[in-house]
Amino acid sequence: MPHLHLAVALDGAGWHPAAWREPTAEPHHLLTAAYWAGLVQEAEAGLLDFVTIEDAVALQSTLFGAPDERTDQVRGRLDAVLVAARVAPVTRHIGLVPTATVTHTEPFHLSKALATLDHVSLGRAGWRVQVSGKPDEAAHFGRRTVPAIDPAHLDAPATLDLFNELFDEAADAVEVVRRLWDSWEDDAEIRDVATGRFIDRDKLHYIDFAGPKFSVRGPSITPRPPQGQPVVTALAHSAVPYRLGARAADVVYITPADADQARTTIAEVREQQAIAGRAAETVHVFADLVVLLDETEAAAADRHARLDELAGYSFTSDAKIFTGTPERLADLLQEWQAAGISGFRLRPASIPRDLTAITRGLVPVLQGRDAFRRAYATNTLREHLGLTRPANRYAPA
Amino acid sequence: MKQIHLAAHFPGVNNTTVWSDPKAGSHIDFASFAHLARTAERAKFDFFFLAEGLRLREQGGQIYDLDVVGRPDTFTVLAALAAVTERIGLTGTINSTFNEPYEVARQFASLDHLSAGRAGWNVVTSWDAFTGENFRRGGYLAAEDRYARAESFLRTAWELFDTWHGDEIVADAQSGRFLREPGPGKFRRQDAFFDIAGQFNVPRSPQGRPVILQAGDSNEGREFAAATADAIFGRHATRDEGRAFYRDVKDRLAKYGRTENQLLILPAATFILADTDAEANELAHEVRRAQISGPTALRFLEQVWNRDLSGYDPDGPLPDVDPVLGEHTVARGRASVRMFRDPQATVAEWRALADEKKLSVRELVIAVGGRQDLIGSPATIADTINDLVQNDAADGFILVPHVTPGGLDDFADRVVPLLQERGVFRSEYTGTTLREHLGLDA
Repeated sequence: MPHLHLAVALDGAGWHPAAWREPTAEPHHLLTAAYWAGLVQEAEAGLLDFVTIEDAVALQSTLFGAPDERTDQVRGRLDAVLVAARVAPVTRHIGLVPTATVTHTEPFHLSKALATLDHVSLGRAGWRVQVSGKPDEAAHFGRRTVPAIDPAHLDAPATLDLFNELFDEAADAVEVVRRLWDSWEDDAEIRDVATGRFIDRDKLHYIDFAGPKFSVRGPSITPRPPQGQPVVTALAHSAVPYRLGARAADVVYITPADADQARTTIAEVREQQAIAGRAAETVHVFADLVVLLDETEAAAADRHARLDELAGYSFTSDAKIFTGTPERLADLLQEWQAAGISGFRLRPASIPRDLTAITRGLVPVLQGRDAFRRAYATNTLREHLGLTRPANRYAPA
Repeated sequence: MKQIHLAAHFPGVNNTTVWSDPKAGSHIDFASFAHLARTAERAKFDFFFLAEGLRLREQGGQIYDLDVVGRPDTFTVLAALAAVTERIGLTGTINSTFNEPYEVARQFASLDHLSAGRAGWNVVTSWDAFTGENFRRGGYLAAEDRYARAESFLRTAWELFDTWHGDEIVADAQSGRFLREPGPGKFRRQDAFFDIAGQFNVPRSPQGRPVILQAGDSNEGREFAAATADAIFGRHATRDEGRAFYRDVKDRLAKYGRTENQLLILPAATFILADTDAEANELAHEVRRAQISGPTALRFLEQVWNRDLSGYDPDGPLPDVDPVLGEHTVARGRASVRMFRDPQATVAEWRALADEKKLSVRELVIAVGGRQDLIGSPATIADTINDLVQNDAADGFILVPHVTPGGLDDFADRVVPLLQERGVFRSEYTGTTLREHLGLDA
């Protein structure tokens, strides 16, 4: 088996709603640079492929698309792209994958922000594409209204229509972002003193994208990023988002409950990948897992129960929640890897505790089984993931 | 004695920047930004400044290729610079036309958190359809609405920053209370430009609001700055023009209930530094020639003539054809075309000057394009700056080096110590936030 890929999903004090109340948590420092630098450096010490950083254009809420009135959970966050940029100069190898919403934002701004993240990190930028179907987020921008969705009936026809519209727009946004990354050829800057030309303008390209929601002329104001194309990733739970991932992403995160579900979903993604004409390209399918780790099964289960008790309810998630030891988690990862999963995005239930359990507990176990790297052998995020640096779509072959 | 404020402008996407200099480095590698920001911080400058333009400039329907082309994303570079500096303010231009307040407010609030209180925002406006072609809205804004939207945008952003007061988060693990009260960050804004409501999601940052800079020079722009800005990124670095501008703007403050120390006047200034004044004058001429090549001179004339002049010889006489009046179609995406409001008069004036002094196209452009603002030995430049500040032509300067990234090194090493000796510039930072560096109230 090839080595598996490991990412960790950072969000506030962790994914469990009571995580901030753990003795090791730092709930007063969630908005500081030092907190985020420390977390990403810990992930890098564990040789992980990348971190993702959660974000949204609304305050956290337990309700879908509407604020809640709770006072017992973490509220407030920082812009994820800027957090990634802030930690880039204090890390060297680990990929930095911020979440950024496409629904209410400008693809032109996103493209140059992510290209710049790639420049400041010397080739470690990625992006988790986020689609917003939430009425509260729409109201923050006031450019459109989004009808309320009943999360219990996501297959209602009106909901599916809305999803299709939003995800088609998201695919267009990713297309624009990607074209803009290629809108400068790598050798466009010539600095030719003899003719006085700084650039060869024939190597800069208008992208001339026209779609139902926006059109963008280009070229980007930012030269092509070091990776050529930073790594695009997307979380997907159903057919419509699988299609977006298969069309537009390099990494698709899925949320299977077991190895069989993983197989079924991978087949769906691969089918969409073929329909999109990308069968020959590498599209990684990662599984998302919430992880709560301890040295014994009993200790992990106790901590889980204690956190649930503090939260006042039993924590559930779109992803499977794994509670146990690093050894048993390693077993599960390898079982799912055999089912076709090439990597995992682990969501630490509490931070820093479950983050260090990943880097200092799980990673050594996997290394002992020769299932994970013992040192970074590559420099860019694309290289960590075995993705080649793509040719520029606008450059003559 | 007034204390001088100093800032460092990352060399711009225009012909002030001499990319052909053998010492000129990358305009996109992070190392260049880090070098200039660290140099400025070593010299105890107030802030680092990064400009922005959202569409590559064009002339004659083609991308303009004679100047530096290409910029990073402002927010992303400033956030990364926060990691390699500790005290210096981190400021940049963000456009109020092709952005939305919720997003920009959370980006500035985030930058302010991540830099521990060092964020500053140069609020600019534009409306042109040319830039709009890169954005969802297109060129939708009527020219006369641009300041109205900018002011509404800024006031909306302030409203968002102010939704959090700073005492909302208690994070008491024992009691399980993270927030003091439910529902923080609530806002509603309805006006001619925005109809938004909900909850802002970035808790109050160290400065509360970023420092606001503005660069508008028109009557409307000056009024907007007097009403809302903490500092003006000015254009008038000479004694007489500077004093007139300074007085004009400061006199506008009272009607907004503001005092003179609540709005700093910081003109942008280029500089040429050498061991002696004579050497500096010689070097200044060499730099002008590097900034204005023959092709650059012709392209500069095209911005006034508003027509293709590529057939003319830059070392020959001025074009004998008349300028094309009306809407500018030749040069797009640059601010300078608006500086020549009466092209016929400008052309007549230049022709007279060229006839009188027997100037070629290139020599004329070198002559009228303006010299560097500060030229001289370290002592001369230090004295000039101090004189301008003490005589209320400015409160300080935004220095614009012409070489990236080392163009500020000599200034930091040779001029700043003289200002410190004269007791008019800090030797150590006394505050931690940009607002404190600038002496502005929190």
